Amino acid sequence: MAHVWRMIAQRLGLGLLTLFVVSVIIFGATELLPGDFAQAVLGQAATPEAVAAIRRELDLDQPVVVRYTNWLFGVLQGDFGTSLAQRGRPVSDMILSRLGNTFFLAIYAAAMAVPLALTLGILVALWRNSLFDRVANSTALSAISFPEFFVAYILIFVLAQGGYFPSMARMPASADLGEKLYRAFLPALTLTLVVTAHMMRMTRAAIINLLSSPYIEMARLKGMRPSRVIVHHALPNAIAPIANVVALNLAYLITGVVVVEVVFVYPGLGQLMVDSVSRRDIPVVQAIALIFAAAYVLLNLAADVISTLSNPRLMHRK
Amino acid sequence: MTILTFFITFAVFLAVSIGAAWGFRAVATTLTRGTMQRALRTAPLTACFGMLVILIYLIIALLAPVIAPFPERAVIGSQFMPWSSTHWLGTDALGRDMFSRMIYGTRNTVGIAFATTALAFLIGSVLGLLAATVGGWLDQGLSRLVDVLMAIPSLIFALLLLTIFGTSILTLIVVIAVIDSTRVFRLSRAVAEGVVVMDYIEAARLRGEGLWYLITREILPNVTAPLVAEFGLRFCFVFLSISALSFLGLGIQPPTADWGSMVRENATLITFGDITPLLPAGAIALLTVAVNFVVDWQLYRASGLKE
Repeated sequence: MAHVWRMIAQRLGLGLLTLFVVSVIIFGATELLPGDFAQAVLGQAATPEAVAAIRRELDLDQPVVVRYTNWLFGVLQGDFGTSLAQRGRPVSDMILSRLGNTFFLAIYAAAMAVPLALTLGILVALWRNSLFDRVANSTALSAISFPEFFVAYILIFVLAQGGYFPSMARMPASADLGEKLYRAFLPALTLTLVVTAHMMRMTRAAIINLLSSPYIEMARLKGMRPSRVIVHHALPNAIAPIANVVALNLAYLITGVVVVEVVFVYPGLGQLMVDSVSRRDIPVVQAIALIFAAAYVLLNLAADVISTLSNPRLMHRK
Repeated sequence: MTILTFFITFAVFLAVSIGAAWGFRAVATTLTRGTMQRALRTAPLTACFGMLVILIYLIIALLAPVIAPFPERAVIGSQFMPWSSTHWLGTDALGRDMFSRMIYGTRNTVGIAFATTALAFLIGSVLGLLAATVGGWLDQGLSRLVDVLMAIPSLIFALLLLTIFGTSILTLIVVIAVIDSTRVFRLSRAVAEGVVVMDYIEAARLRGEGLWYLITREILPNVTAPLVAEFGLRFCFVFLSISALSFLGLGIQPPTADWGSMVRENATLITFGDITPLLPAGAIALLTVAVNFVVDWQLYRASGLKE
């Protein structure tokens, strides 16, 4: 077992290193702007006082290494600095209330999408080249090509018009779980539809890849039922690629969440980020970008670890 | 009720597009000769449909000022006028003709997406081929840099860069092109890697050919096929991310007619049961589906895959 733990520790270390470099990029990107950041954000007509205020707020008179170290230690203690647009308001304050909402939406969508996509993917692999397979495949290919907001507005048009679900997903703090699930249903369904298509196609490819291996043919020649072949023989070996597929798509949810939150006026991180981009509120954007990037890196890391753990050849190496 | 009409419209749309695709294949096979004709005859209906749609979009983009009944930015009526014989799709939130803006939008949205993809390919494939040919520290450095850049989700990265550089069409094109060139770099480096070890490259090196000759004359011709397919796929991704950014109000800025921002500007109409704002979104979806269909066919042909 020892080398498994060592492997996991190694991967974690690599992930942390990636996160560190990502944080350097996210922080250092402001340095890409030629000239003075404060002046550029405020434009030509800015008063010298306003420019000086932003400079003070971002410590622009300090060297970049000092600023970065201060920022990083702040972040590690949960302090992301203060917002530029809303004078003096701590960024962590603005983020914290929305972070929960975004995670709720992502988990809600994942809870619907993962079982649905895996079932569909397995069924499609089982009946491949049938009419069901063709229809499912071309529907999935089309769904992948749709912009998220198109799917979202179609759902609003069809489901919210009929009065079945609210088209604006306001989330009052007082709402209980059932109420929250009901209000967030349309955003979650949009994300589910977008992600399911990807996941289904990749699951199908992973399983079909396995079905061509000799031991599956052997199981078939024994006269085993096709469903048993898939569930008992193919599925255990498909865990690694499927775990990868799931993690990749959950990572994809992170990007999808931004557009969907804006469509449904859902009070999450994505909406805050879009608002902050147009206000050029750099501390807020940096904080949210770091959170999204961290989630992305961690999900990819998890996929890596799971696919190693599910592979006996890697687990019991000679 | 709305659900029923929705499905009927969908079925009619499906039937019409199958018919159009079939007709397109019939016409195209009579107009072409030789290998081209043979390729078209065996093309699946989905690919024909894709080619037809791309052709129509191209014509509309090129002839936009001729087709559009009103100018792109002129306010010609009151806001949110319903569909009529003069204003086919009504007017938008400022009283501009929706139909004309849709037509001009083809030119702007598709043109900008195309320019961005081309730039991404220029950066990505030149660096990728260089990395594969030169190897050593250049390859290591570029590859690790790309690894790190790809660890940040692309939309999030684009949003971060747009905050810093501000939103204008030029920054949009450069930012998206740079982010997407990392993906092109990965592919072109991987494909070129397999070509660089060939004997004829060794022979050319021994002949004393320069780096430029090696890349353009020996390597490039052997990696074009996968790169062309990738161009189609990349175009879809770029097109979708530019539309998403425009929809968020951070991409192509008004008053330039653009499909993403048209959806946002007129989105309130949807809650009143008017489908007009869905049309620009549908136009985006239709083009991406079309390109995907054609790329799928080309990949199938290139791989020689017969299931």
